[in-house]
This record gives sequence, C-alpha cells and structure tokens, in this order.
Amino acid sequence: MTKKPIQFKLNGADKAVFVDEGQNLLDVLRRGVGDLSPKYGCAQGTCGACTVLVDGEPYLSCLVLAQTMEGRQISTTAGLVVDGGVDPLQEAFMENFAAQCGFCTPGMLMAAKALLDRNPKPSREEVIEAISGNICRCTGYEPIINAILDAAGRGVGRRSA
Amino acid sequence: MSVEFRKDLFADERDDNLNEIGKPTRRQDILGHVTGRSPFYDDHLFEGLLHVRCVRSPHHHARIRSIDTSEAERMPGVVKVIRASDVPNNFNTLLSLLNFGRDDEPLISDKKVAYIGEPVLAIVADTDRQARDAVAAVRVDYQVLPHVLDVEDALKPDAPVVNETYPNNTFDYHDKYDHQKLRFGDVETAFSQADKIIEGRYQMSPIEQAPIETNGAIAAPETNDRFVCYTSTQALFFSLGTTAKLLNVSSNRLHFIGGTVGGGFGGKVDSLVEPMAILACMLTGKPCRFVWDRPEEMQVGAPRGAERWYLKDGVMNDGRIIARKFTGYFDAGAYTRLSSYAIIKGTAHLPGPYTIPNVSSDVFCVYTNRTPATAMRGFGVTGVDFAIESQMDRVAQAVGMHPVELRIVNAYRDGDMKAHRREAKNCALIECAQVAAEKASWPIRDEFKRMSSLHGGGGERARIPYTVTDENGRIGERRSGGVAPRPTTVLPPATPAPPPPAVAPTPTAQPDYAHPAAAPPYTPLSPAPLGPPPATPQPSPPLTKEPAEPPARQANRPGYSRFASNSGFRRR
Repeated sequence: MTKKPIQFKLNGADKAVFVDEGQNLLDVLRRGVGDLSPKYGCAQGTCGACTVLVDGEPYLSCLVLAQTMEGRQISTTAGLVVDGGVDPLQEAFMENFAAQCGFCTPGMLMAAKALLDRNPKPSREEVIEAISGNICRCTGYEPIINAILDAAGRGVGRRSA
Repeated sequence: MSVEFRKDLFADERDDNLNEIGKPTRRQDILGHVTGRSPFYDDHLFEGLLHVRCVRSPHHHARIRSIDTSEAERMPGVVKVIRASDVPNNFNTLLSLLNFGRDDEPLISDKKVAYIGEPVLAIVADTDRQARDAVAAVRVDYQVLPHVLDVEDALKPDAPVVNETYPNNTFDYHDKYDHQKLRFGDVETAFSQADKIIEGRYQMSPIEQAPIETNGAIAAPETNDRFVCYTSTQALFFSLGTTAKLLNVSSNRLHFIGGTVGGGFGGKVDSLVEPMAILACMLTGKPCRFVWDRPEEMQVGAPRGAERWYLKDGVMNDGRIIARKFTGYFDAGAYTRLSSYAIIKGTAHLPGPYTIPNVSSDVFCVYTNRTPATAMRGFGVTGVDFAIESQMDRVAQAVGMHPVELRIVNAYRDGDMKAHRREAKNCALIECAQVAAEKASWPIRDEFKRMSSLHGGGGERARIPYTVTDENGRIGERRSGGVAPRPTTVLPPATPAPPPPAVAPTPTAQPDYAHPAAAPPYTPLSPAPLGPPPATPQPSPPLTKEPAEPPARQANRPGYSRFASNSGFRRR
C-alpha cells in the first residue's frame, strides 16, 4: 500500500506523518500522531464524536481523507488545555454536568468551540443548530446546551489565534 | 436545575435531612471527559497491534456446508484465521456463571447460523482494512433453512427449530415448564363475577441501545503468561468469567481493565468481544484489537428484546380490577443471553403496582431467528409496563372513569399483598398520581385527592388468596406453548352480566366483589376499619398447599435460588 507523507499543524504544533491512501483523518490523529481525544463512533459521519476543527471549521474527521490535510491547521479537544489549565468552555461543561459517559464530549466541545469562535453570543436556537450533528446517548442535550450558553456568557467566544 | 421536594408527603415517615440530593455535585471523572483524556478501551496504543474482523452470516437461518479460506489466507497482512475449532470450549450461555439455563451458543458457529450477523469465522490481520478485505474473500457455502421471526409463529408445531438446545423454541423453566408461571387467586371465577371484561394485545419492537462507543476490546500478552484486556464491558467480572469458560483458562490468567464505558445501557454485558480479542492474542502472541463497527453494533449488538403481551382484565363498574390475566412472549432471538432472567424479573413485577386479588400469568421465552436479545435499562419490566399502563387507559375508558382516578383506586397501599407473595411497603403511587394530576391540571375528584398510600391497605388486602390447582395439585399445565390466545378487542358482556350464582363452580368460596371489602376503600382519611367483612367467609388456605409450584429444587445448583421464582413466595 502506498504511503504518502503529509505535514499539518495539530493544536499549534507541527506534525509529519506517513498516511495510507484511503486512511481517514480520525485514524491518523488517533493512531498516527497519538491524539486520542477525537473518538470513533460510526465512521459514517452520523454521530459527530470525531469532530475536529480544520482551519477553524468543524469537520467530521472520519470522513476526511488524511491526504487532503497537507498544510492545514487542526484543533482537537486535547488542545483546549493550555498550560495545564482548562478552557472556560471545558469549565462550563464541568459546571453544568454536560458529560456523563464522556464519549461524545470531545466532539461536542469542538462543535461548540467552532460556534463560539464564529458567534460569541449565540441564541439557544443557534446552539442547538451548532450541535445538531453530534449525537449524545446518555448526558442529554439540555445540560450540554446550557453549558455552551454558560460558556458564551463567560466570554469564551473570543476568536482564538 | 431546580428540584421540588414534596416533604409534606410522608413527613412523619422518614428523616429528610438530605445533604446531597438537590445540590449539584461534580462527577469525579468529568475532568478526564472534558479534556479527552478519559481512558476508553480504544485509547490504549500498542506497537504491532493486530486487528480482528468476523465473517458473519448473511442469512437468518442456514446450515454451513463448507468454509473456504484459501484465498483469504494468501491476502496481504493476514496473520491468522480463527475457526470454531480454535475456541477451546465453544459452547456457552451467559448465565451459566449462575448455573441458570443450559449452554446454547457458540462463540464462532461453523455448523449452523441462526441469525443475521452470527460469526462463522474470524480473521486477524495487520490492519483493519486488510482484515476486512480478507473477510470479503472468504467463501462460505450456506444451505439456507426456513426461518421464523415471530414469537407466536415460533411456537407452532411446524416451526423450524431455531436453537437445538431448546427444540421447542422455548426456554425451559425449572427444567419442566416451557414458560414462567404465576398464579394468585382464581382469575376465571373472578372474570365470571366482573361487570366488564377488557382485553388488549400490546407489543413492542426490539430496541438497540446504540452507545456512541461501539463494543470492543484490546488484548495483549502480559508477563507470567497472563493476558491484559482493555474492554468496554459493563460487567467486568461477568466478562472475565465468560472468557475464562470459553477459552478454558484459569481466570487468574486474565487481567481485565474496564470501568470507562462510552455508553452501555445494557448493550455491553454480553461478553462477545473480550473472548475473541483474547483468543486472537493467544493464537498470535501479539496485541489484538476486536472492535465492532457501527453496522455490527446495530445488527449484531443484542438489543432489548421484542415483547408481545395479551392482557385480560375483569373490572367492576366502579373501576376496581378484580382479576388480571397475562400471556406474554419475549423474543429472545436465536440464543438465551439474558431473556430467561428478564422474564423472571418481569413476572415478579406483575400485575403492575396495583392490588388485584386474582392474577394469572404465563410468559414464554421464545427463540426466533432474530438477533439475540439482552439487557437494556429495566429490561423485563419496561415492555409489560407499557402493556399494563396502556391497558389501564383502556379500562378507564371502558368504565368511563378518569385514568388517574382509576390508578388511584387500584394502587398498592402499605400492607397489601402482591401477587408474588410479598407485602407492599413504602407505597407512593397514589401520592405520585395526585401530584401528577395537579401538575397536569387534570383535576381529580376530592375523594381521590384525599386517598393515601398510608391508609386502607393491609387487613383483608394482605391475605394470600386460595390459589386454584388442578387434579394433580398443580397450578396449570407445564407445557402450554403452541396455543396462542386469539386477539380480541374490548369485549363488554352482550347483556348485563347476571349476578354470579350462589353456588360457585369451584370448590372455593370467592370474595364477594360486589362489596368493596376486598378492594380499595373509598374513605381512607377515616381511621375506621374497612367496610363490611366479605359476605362469604374466606377459607384460610392450607399453608402447605400454598405455593403449589414451582417445585422446590434442592442443593447443588448454586445461584439457582437467586433467579427462582419460588424465592419470592416466602413472606419476609
């Protein structure tokens, strides 16, 4: 199988990795460069557990061919933690009981982050729209929506560099 | 989130100095969740990890003539083909760890498949993609057999045998019965005395738990000839014991690590992935990962089983239900898993949270060529509760009564006897119904607002009724499968039911249902005792005859009593 080298930035750090032709971004992040925060839920683009940001936009990493990521900036939940401290968005998730099993949480956080970066003061409807591609089976959506609105109230939505 | 406490209810009954409830408490594991660092089973990286995928049956029911792996074995990356003959002890039933039921299911089936998705072979390869490609290259010659997908069809004499361990297509309870039986009082006589008979048929489909994290496990060799297994299981020691049995190894060679589960809801107790991952590891000496993809999770993952229920109620015009009869069919799918247990649990729940003096139930655990069913959130009770509460609404309609009032008048009160011979304690249905009616702005009459779970129970309502037996001293046929009741709809008597004859057809005198003595009192606020005593004196049932069945089983079946319905027959 032909391997191809690609380079991209992951949470601000340079990464270089060989990828297979058909390999998806989720697999490269998890098993190629060891960022385990995006999760495998369906590999069909239906559950949203693998959501990451590519140049600030939310992508389903299970449906993205890794080869197309040359030179892109990728952000994941693991990168929200800066200098050992959690992001206010993560703090809001903890405060509002917005994670039960925790498996959909990294994808939810990335979908929320993309929203707040684009729209720092979203309405409740806009929050619901932003996470409509992410399935949660145990926490329930209400605490998650409340957490995102709470984070917006804390001024999370400054456009990050 | 605001929580409303109704401390006015049962204020004198409990200590309500609650220190935690109603106050937010942070989960101890939430920091890991929001930072993406919680260690789910698939978050463990190993050098040289191999990947396992299964060849699965495309048929509901088929005999396997041959399996040709020659092409698959030559494909790039293929390390090992795992056949049924590689499984040291390839026959199991989940609850065998509790000595309940007979072994009926192979880990890998190479003789016959009984549901779509049943594994017939497994392939271990360097990458998941290579394992998939090799699976696609395996040629299986199936002889397709007739299949059955409906529980009542499966009980017909000409139905195909789904599961050879149970050739009647029903689980054997107590080794004698093709169903789980409950008898309390005499429903047939009570039906003859009821003002109305109301029948209903209810069913629910299988429900997939659909956790976002699919079932899976990673196994790796450890020092001292042990194996470590990172798993999604909801039942760590259950999975460990099941794996030890299937692989015929001592459990102390298995080191299971779990506890971080990406949603389970009952769908991660069946222990199908751990034995396969560890077997692959044993056969290759390498770390192996066996993870279901989403289609496998949906098709092969055991759902909450389908259920079908027939209910027949005998009801007085004032809303009192004096008799309730159940016939239930649980769709176990092709293998037992946990359905046999679900039925025992469900039977102990009958007739719902209501004091009904005559109850009868026959529930069948039926094998069909559908995906085996298993646990899910209150399984065994949820389906029949749907049937019971739907039936309660129909009863309310039939007697022209407010549905909430109907529930209040029939609700358990403290001290009442349940059909499985346990006393009802700490009842609160009446209070819940009152609050619900108030919140829903669905007013109930004052006399129903005044009723209470604390009053009016016990006494005559605490009595265990004489339970009718046949000439053999049994409470009914041991094998009654194959005769499905015909569905009938609401069936009020064509003419007003004549008063029951003075001479009842049974040797036992029945309570006089025209008088509410054996039914909920209507003035519970009054501390006065219940209404007039029954017109006919009640014979006290001879204690020795009381639980005529199931027969007590003796000794050498550890764990049996835990699931035996007779364990509930003794009053505590």
